[in-house]
Amino acid sequence: MFELINTLLIGITAGSIYSLMAISIVLVWRSTRVVNFAAGGLALASSFVGAAILEKTGSFWIALPLAMVAGAVFSAFIEYFFLRPLLKRSGDQGAEIFLPIIATLGLLGIIKTILNYIYGDRIGALPPPLPDKGFVVSGESIALSPMRLLILGIVLLLMISLTLIFQRTNLGLSLRASSFAPEISRLAGIRVDFIRTVGWAISGAAGATAGILQTTNGSGSVSPESFEFSLLLVFGFVAAVIGGIESLVGAVLGGLTLGIILAIILMYVGGSLVFIAAFLILILVLLLRPQGIIGAKGGRRA
Amino acid sequence: MLRIENLTVDHGAIRALHGVSFNVEKGQLAAVIGANGAGKTTLLRTLSGLNKASDGQAHWSDHNILHSKPEKLVRHGITHVSEGKSVIPELTVSENLELGSLWRRNRSESAQSKKEVLELFPRLGERLSQRADSLSGGERQMLALGRSIMSKPELLLLDEPSLGLAPLVIEQIFQAIRDLTTAKGLTVILVEQNAMGALKIADVGIVLNLGSIAASGSAAALKDDPAVRAAYLGF
Repeated sequence: MFELINTLLIGITAGSIYSLMAISIVLVWRSTRVVNFAAGGLALASSFVGAAILEKTGSFWIALPLAMVAGAVFSAFIEYFFLRPLLKRSGDQGAEIFLPIIATLGLLGIIKTILNYIYGDRIGALPPPLPDKGFVVSGESIALSPMRLLILGIVLLLMISLTLIFQRTNLGLSLRASSFAPEISRLAGIRVDFIRTVGWAISGAAGATAGILQTTNGSGSVSPESFEFSLLLVFGFVAAVIGGIESLVGAVLGGLTLGIILAIILMYVGGSLVFIAAFLILILVLLLRPQGIIGAKGGRRA
Repeated sequence: MLRIENLTVDHGAIRALHGVSFNVEKGQLAAVIGANGAGKTTLLRTLSGLNKASDGQAHWSDHNILHSKPEKLVRHGITHVSEGKSVIPELTVSENLELGSLWRRNRSESAQSKKEVLELFPRLGERLSQRADSLSGGERQMLALGRSIMSKPELLLLDEPSLGLAPLVIEQIFQAIRDLTTAKGLTVILVEQNAMGALKIADVGIVLNLGSIAASGSAAALKDDPAVRAAYLGF
């Protein structure tokens, strides 16, 4: 019984981090219809910024928000100077579906190369700011530690903030309108290009948080060739697809579902199967329910 | 005044408008009629900044409106309601309305505009929190018109508001357009397939044929012109 509860706790914590990464991917998809594989690279770069600030200041509480700002700036920069001119030029030649995918994959490589060039073999340390030892319940130590509680708290706080921004503010209305119907939004006076950049910036901040939490929850250090970040990108992407790629709520549900399933497999089947399992889940969802858990009926929108 | 001179628009290799010139006085309702493919929608999309002009000029109160983005033209008083119930189905009725006034960044003015719109279309008031895709065709057209009013337009470009609506609803929508034009002193370019209905409420009419102006003049005169009747009104 303890074992199962612990497995679920581990799954929910890891899953909440995948949810953040999925949110990062969904936000970019919704604002520009681009599948952003560079999101993993941006999270990595932001985590290096976080590690550098942590080294200077010694405070996780300064490092996290500044890394989020860095993630937002990196992401907005890429949208403005790279994706926007690319999408404007590609026009209607039929290649516009593949162009952004190839472009973001290329960007991922470029970001990693740059980080490799700057950091080489050095790593950035991001140790857990709170004890990682589980709370003790009736003599037994459970998987829920102060650190895990903190991760869940940060993710929850971000999700509540995002929901409030999207549902209650003018910026949120502009973001939703621009993603559903860019032309009508333009005609209503919304500066859709600017709003898209804002969407990318929020995505970058969410990705940065995911990167930092993934590191503190995992090995405690980032490196340019970090396997943890490859996992984060893949799992975030799978979670976004499970959730229907259009929906923030879907991204959260997708991340939690994936986290729990993978934790159960890790516990009861074996660690070597986790990666394969994630892809199997992806393929099953695409075959059985391509619109995702809460995607709209009638299939995916273009 | 809206002044259009020698407006020419190309869609790739196809010339959609050939040197179209006409003026519309402030406060007038101009109906643009013509068959499918005559260039009516292209004309509106060019005036609102969605399409690029290849040649010619267009001025709205001495402001050059070609080569501007739609979101910028809204700030100069030009609002375009595009073809086919131009609302965002995923948003609520209230959100669709508010969208039109976001750029004004003035909550009290925006609330005032919303009150006006709801007085004009009380049915929207009963459905404020519903998603726009739950509305009937006529209600969606009212919502699209309502949103455009929220942008506080001076020049309103309407693309086929009667499309797909029942005759009785068309009459209501046309009456609302006429009332709005008079009450708010708007200048309106109304593009319509329903030529008779549009000419009934319009002050002036412009007949487009294959991208050129075939006839123009007062709406009443066009309505009685035997050639126009035969070619565009169907009797």
